[in-house]
Amino acid sequence: MEVEQTALPGIGLRHDFTTRTGQRVGVVSHRTGRRDLVIYDKDDPDRACQTVKLNDEEADALAELLGAPRIVQRLNALHEQVEGLVSVQLPIPEGSPYAGRPMGEARVRTRTSASIVAVVRGGRVFASPGPDFVFGTGDVVVVVGSEDSTAEVADILARG
Amino acid sequence: MHETAILFLEFGAVLLGLGVLGALALRVGISPIPLYLIAGVAFGTGGVLPLATSEEFISVGAELGVVLLLLTLGLEYNADELMTSLTGNARAGIVDLVLNAAPGAICALLLGWGPVAAVAMAGVTYATSSGITAKVLSDLGWIGNRETPTVLSLLVFEDLTMAIYLPVLTTMLAGLSLLNGAIAVGIALITVSVVLIVALKFGRLIEAFVSSPNSEVLLLKVVGLALLVAGLAQQLQVSAAVGAFLVGIALSGELAEDAQALLAPLRDLFAAVFFVFFGLQTDPAKILPVAGLAALLALVSMVTKLLTGIYAARRAGIGKAGQARAGIALIPRGEFNIVIAGLAVGAGAHPDLGALAAAYVLILAAFGPLAAKLVQPFITAIAKRA
Repeated sequence: MEVEQTALPGIGLRHDFTTRTGQRVGVVSHRTGRRDLVIYDKDDPDRACQTVKLNDEEADALAELLGAPRIVQRLNALHEQVEGLVSVQLPIPEGSPYAGRPMGEARVRTRTSASIVAVVRGGRVFASPGPDFVFGTGDVVVVVGSEDSTAEVADILARG
Repeated sequence: MHETAILFLEFGAVLLGLGVLGALALRVGISPIPLYLIAGVAFGTGGVLPLATSEEFISVGAELGVVLLLLTLGLEYNADELMTSLTGNARAGIVDLVLNAAPGAICALLLGWGPVAAVAMAGVTYATSSGITAKVLSDLGWIGNRETPTVLSLLVFEDLTMAIYLPVLTTMLAGLSLLNGAIAVGIALITVSVVLIVALKFGRLIEAFVSSPNSEVLLLKVVGLALLVAGLAQQLQVSAAVGAFLVGIALSGELAEDAQALLAPLRDLFAAVFFVFFGLQTDPAKILPVAGLAALLALVSMVTKLLTGIYAARRAGIGKAGQARAGIALIPRGEFNIVIAGLAVGAGAHPDLGALAAAYVLILAAFGPLAAKLVQPFITAIAKRA
């Protein structure tokens, strides 16, 4: 399957492709964050006969429904399996004492018993980072633990 | 009555009137620009309700309107897009330029208005209204269409051409001798190139300077910078409008989006004032005699824009129906054409030029979007049969 990308000057980007059954569909990504789901006319393949306008939230919901149902299922299963266990995403805020310092120095597990399972940086996921992993401002840290312990981790990352 | 009181009364009445007209245009589904022009004609000398005190105030507002119009237009594009469009669509862009500048230029020459007026009229018939066209595309759900990138890149090409054309026109209008004129055009072109290069290479620095998380500070910095550069450009014989346009291009990304959102209401207000001011300068008694000519010119330029769209879309591998849509989308004329005519009239070009341009834009600003709406079902029917 080949997805075609076209720039729309002043508006944003369009991605489109043809399905195996011969239906052309596309997504117009507006700079404002709006997403249009576009379905092309079979008789006039250049014309968008249906345009579904979606705001950020709606587009995310649709993407999740189309692409990520299994991940959601697995996360839900995890939460059901272990009652009282939560996973939270904590940002390294500006001015955090651990920005620019290795993860080991925060001694998160020793102090709170919660675990850092991943760090998300600029769209990339670093799974199970080691103690040498250096935090940067704007990183998002994924922590698993009890509700209290994850709250303590948030406090540590913000104030030390 | 106190002068300020009269000024407020007049200005308030004008704005309120425009608001009512805008609501009317929305209901009918046409662009409000023609209505604003008509309102201006009605308020002007020889009109139904001449304004006495606020004309000077409105004239300054109109100047601000042009600066803001071009600033926000520049904000829509980033320098990369302009360059890609310039290299990728040069051939279609040149066809657009030749086909659509010709009717205006030929018309002015036939009327014996002289070469300067011919250059001005060429601009009046050349530029598509990117504002109205963008609205047509989004209203009719054509943004996702496969011919739309072609239409948009033609618009970008036109805007870039305008950045070069406007300073050349303003120097010609200044009526300098051939040598001094050539020098002034040279300075204008060098200024434009320098600003474009600075925007391409050092856009980030300008952005870093302007950028602010506070919307008030951002607004002040952007408007301040635009006016400063506009004034500087005016001093260098490049029109103020071009200066503002270049400032807009230099700013891109999130900053440009934020600035656009902040500026939109301000631009809408002053742009409306600008159309009124242009109407004010146009004597209604002069419109009627040129109405037939304007209609003919409008008809010719509708055909030439249609051909331009068909040519450009065919080159991009678009089907027949899409080619027709591309042509129709390019028909509307509006703000730019009036900006050009306004410059020409302000500099004392042929007295009928303003009236002709006003009537011409009245027709195409109103008819362009309407044509697109009316023709849409026919195009679909043809596509179904083919």
